[in-house]
Amino acid sequence: MQLLVFVCATLMILAGAVGVITRSHPVHAALSLVLTLFGVAVMYVSQEAHFLAAVQVIVYSGAIVVLFLFVIMLLGVDKAENLQIEPFKLQRKTAGVVGGGIIGLIVFAAISSRDNIGTIKPTQSDAVQAVATGALDPHDNNVRAIARDLFSDHVLAFELTSVLLVIAVVATVLLARRAPKSTAEVPT
Amino acid sequence: MIATVVPTTTWYLVLAAVLFGTGAVGVLVRRNPLIMLMCVELMLNAVNLTFVALSRKLDDIGGQTTVFFVMVVAAAEVVVGLGIIVAILRRKPNATVDDLAELKG
Repeated sequence: MQLLVFVCATLMILAGAVGVITRSHPVHAALSLVLTLFGVAVMYVSQEAHFLAAVQVIVYSGAIVVLFLFVIMLLGVDKAENLQIEPFKLQRKTAGVVGGGIIGLIVFAAISSRDNIGTIKPTQSDAVQAVATGALDPHDNNVRAIARDLFSDHVLAFELTSVLLVIAVVATVLLARRAPKSTAEVPT
Repeated sequence: MIATVVPTTTWYLVLAAVLFGTGAVGVLVRRNPLIMLMCVELMLNAVNLTFVALSRKLDDIGGQTTVFFVMVVAAAEVVVGLGIIVAILRRKPNATVDDLAELKG
């Protein structure tokens, strides 16, 4: 059963990823991206990371891809581009070699170290120990463990993300705003 | 026989490597800035998958917390990136990244 889920999700992820880089139409590429993101969400569920699977579907598939589609539609760039033209000589071959090299290196590292993973035990935080000793309710274990970790060990980083999001919102509003006529002529 | 095979952590790591490589090839090959941003998302998802797989293997929830932060940063990155793309494409419609070699508008 687990194998079946893995194979199906892998097919979804790889089909979507290949679709993103090969579809000439930006809207089709964005929809292929949704396929990949849902596949990754399935992987999260099969890895018992239920909270992240929910966040993946809501934030990535829900918000980010919709943002992509909005921009594609708003800018009117939803035209298929000609992928036959190669902008630089040998660009595709070089990219293929680089991509193959990256995949080969990471796969080699993952396979050669597959017996070592887990032999070095990380220092366990309180939340993990609480989960391990069964102090928590076994239902929402994942959400509770993440919440404990997030709001105890990483609370400063969590607060800083709010600063990051505010900065991103302000920056985007400034960037995407049409410059008013009076200030547009003033050299900055 | 086959049904009893359980995917191990290495399978997930290999899948993440392939996904990351696909995203990297996409960034290198495609010239549409929107598609390049999507390929960056593919690479981020590959890294997230690695984090979750190792988080489960090592029984440490810290990996999943990290993925949460990566998602937040990815959302902010996409928002700012798309804002820049909108600002650029409004000036130069149908520009590819090769046309944007200089910062001066």
